[in-house]
Amino acid sequence: MKRLKKLAFAGATMCIGMGLSVAAQAEMIIGFSQIGSESGWRTSETASIKAEAEKRGIDLKFSDAQQKQENQIKAVRSFIAQGVDGILLAPVVETGWDQVLKEAKDAGIPVVLVDRGVAADKSLYLTKVASDFVQEGALAASWLAAKTNGVCDLVELQGTVGSSAANDRKAGFQAIIDNFPNMKILRSQSGDFTRSGGKEVMESFLKAENGGKGICAVYAHNDDMALGAVQAIKEAGLEPGKDLLIVSIDGVPDIFKAMADGETNASIELNPHLGAPAFDAIKASMDGKDVPKWIKANGPLYLPDTAAEEYKKRSGS
Amino acid sequence: MTTLQDTKKSPQNGGRKGPAGGLLSRQWLGPVIALVLVIVANGLISPSFFNIKVVDGHLYGSLVDIIHRGASTALVAVGMAIVIGTRGIDLSVGSVIAISGAVMAVLIRDTSLSPFIVILAALGAGLLCGLWNGILVAYLDIQPIIATLILMVAGRGIAQMITDGQIVTFHGAFFEAIGSGYLLGIPWRVIIAAIVIAGLWAIMRKTALGLFVEAVGGNARASRLAGIDARGIKVLAYVISGLCSAVAGIIIAADIRGADANNAGLWLELDAILAVVVGGASLMGGRFYLALTVVGVLIIQALGTGILLSGLPSQYTLIVKAAVVMVVLLVQAPRARQMMGRFWRRRDPQ
Repeated sequence: MKRLKKLAFAGATMCIGMGLSVAAQAEMIIGFSQIGSESGWRTSETASIKAEAEKRGIDLKFSDAQQKQENQIKAVRSFIAQGVDGILLAPVVETGWDQVLKEAKDAGIPVVLVDRGVAADKSLYLTKVASDFVQEGALAASWLAAKTNGVCDLVELQGTVGSSAANDRKAGFQAIIDNFPNMKILRSQSGDFTRSGGKEVMESFLKAENGGKGICAVYAHNDDMALGAVQAIKEAGLEPGKDLLIVSIDGVPDIFKAMADGETNASIELNPHLGAPAFDAIKASMDGKDVPKWIKANGPLYLPDTAAEEYKKRSGS
Repeated sequence: MTTLQDTKKSPQNGGRKGPAGGLLSRQWLGPVIALVLVIVANGLISPSFFNIKVVDGHLYGSLVDIIHRGASTALVAVGMAIVIGTRGIDLSVGSVIAISGAVMAVLIRDTSLSPFIVILAALGAGLLCGLWNGILVAYLDIQPIIATLILMVAGRGIAQMITDGQIVTFHGAFFEAIGSGYLLGIPWRVIIAAIVIAGLWAIMRKTALGLFVEAVGGNARASRLAGIDARGIKVLAYVISGLCSAVAGIIIAADIRGADANNAGLWLELDAILAVVVGGASLMGGRFYLALTVVGVLIIQALGTGILLSGLPSQYTLIVKAAVVMVVLLVQAPRARQMMGRFWRRRDPQ
């Protein structure tokens, strides 16, 4: 019997692969409680999840909470009442979810957290699908080490002090460059994740380090600070991307333009395409398989060679 | 309502003996000494601090950075000083910066209007914001801190609405020059700020307007009885503040070639208020000093630049900044001066 089920499942997956089983999957109804649309990144996350649902023939019930937890809790409760097959939740805050997650669990509906975590018992949700900031930092450091053969004195533009993105991106980067005795962070200050912050901090770094002559690279915790640094470097009479290598994280549209223009050298995307792994996880749990509690959905590292094309793709939408 | 019972504040006004007397009295001593000390400390921390070179035909160095970075804050602070002079406060300056930057960036991106019109539109946005604040405070008698809080919160939302919450970037030689161009080696933004501030100083101190502002701030009712249009003066102060913030918004957006509605001018109102207070003004109104406010801005900016140069870990920067500001304010506080004076007198005889 079990074997039969497996066979049927294999057949079904093959059909999906061939794009024939839209009708068979249309049964799946999933609720998605999104925080809102406060940033360009979140807008593209929503669009990506909707597109993925459509591709798979999933009936996606979408709810925009406009940054309010009470709206999200209401949405999750209404999803439970509708008897959906699974719930995606992008939690606006970390705390206060225990009760509603328990209600979902009691109703037997798996909840997948997307892009952020919650401070609740791990048994209350199926899994979390999110980037690992530590890995992003490590990837940036690895790229830089490979590019410079492990010889580089760099400066770091940190994100907002105390934010998990800043802490983890710093730690991941540091862990890798600790392996290279000739790589050193000369200076590290917070540019608050903003363009003007990045520009101001970079200006002072350039002055403090003899007009930037001793600096081989800039590592920015996000693209916006890198874009600010590009201007500071230009105004100091240096060529960003050549005199100083620049690596940053997020993959916002503007960084692809800068890369295409040769002004920065690499960016790691903060992956907004969380729909596919989230739906896979729900499917797997319905099939009775084990799902890890954290599915790391890290984005790829983009380089200037594909930047022009990527920019066209991203600025068009 | 708030301005009725404060006749006891008038002695403070007496401290400043007209525009010339203001400079001759010791009022300016504290801020200027503080600025010199901060700059000397910067020089000790970072030996390259005093280096000024010419790069690509313009001045380049940390001292230039301080003036360059301080220009936009100085504009905001000077507007703030005038509002504080009327016994008001303008918390909305950061949001006005975001709005004017957003208006400018969206117009450059979506239209082919001449830069002159775009700038007028951005200034117009600032003027409207100032008018709104002024009417709330002067004609509806809402407490300034609440009245401007409305625009502080809503204004950022308006700016985000204009830009759809995205950073709107633009290109254009004219605006790039405003942000980071130079005339005869001096940054354009410094020239713009200097012209605006000098103009305001002339209007305030070479006409009776400054006196009217201080009269309204000292005692609005008495000034009204003396024939001053107190409401008109208040509205004017907020309009000036709105316009100053709009100019700062134009400079800030031009600096990064983009309008960042979420972050442009964020918390700048606090730096501006601080600069006004460091410059010796009273939040209770009735006196304000434009030149000393600019000195206050330079102190704060020099402090920020110095901290960046020093390589202090970022988690300590705010504490160091706060500690220095506290010392500067303590040195200026009359009570603290008295106590210090007593301390020295007691020690001297031995």
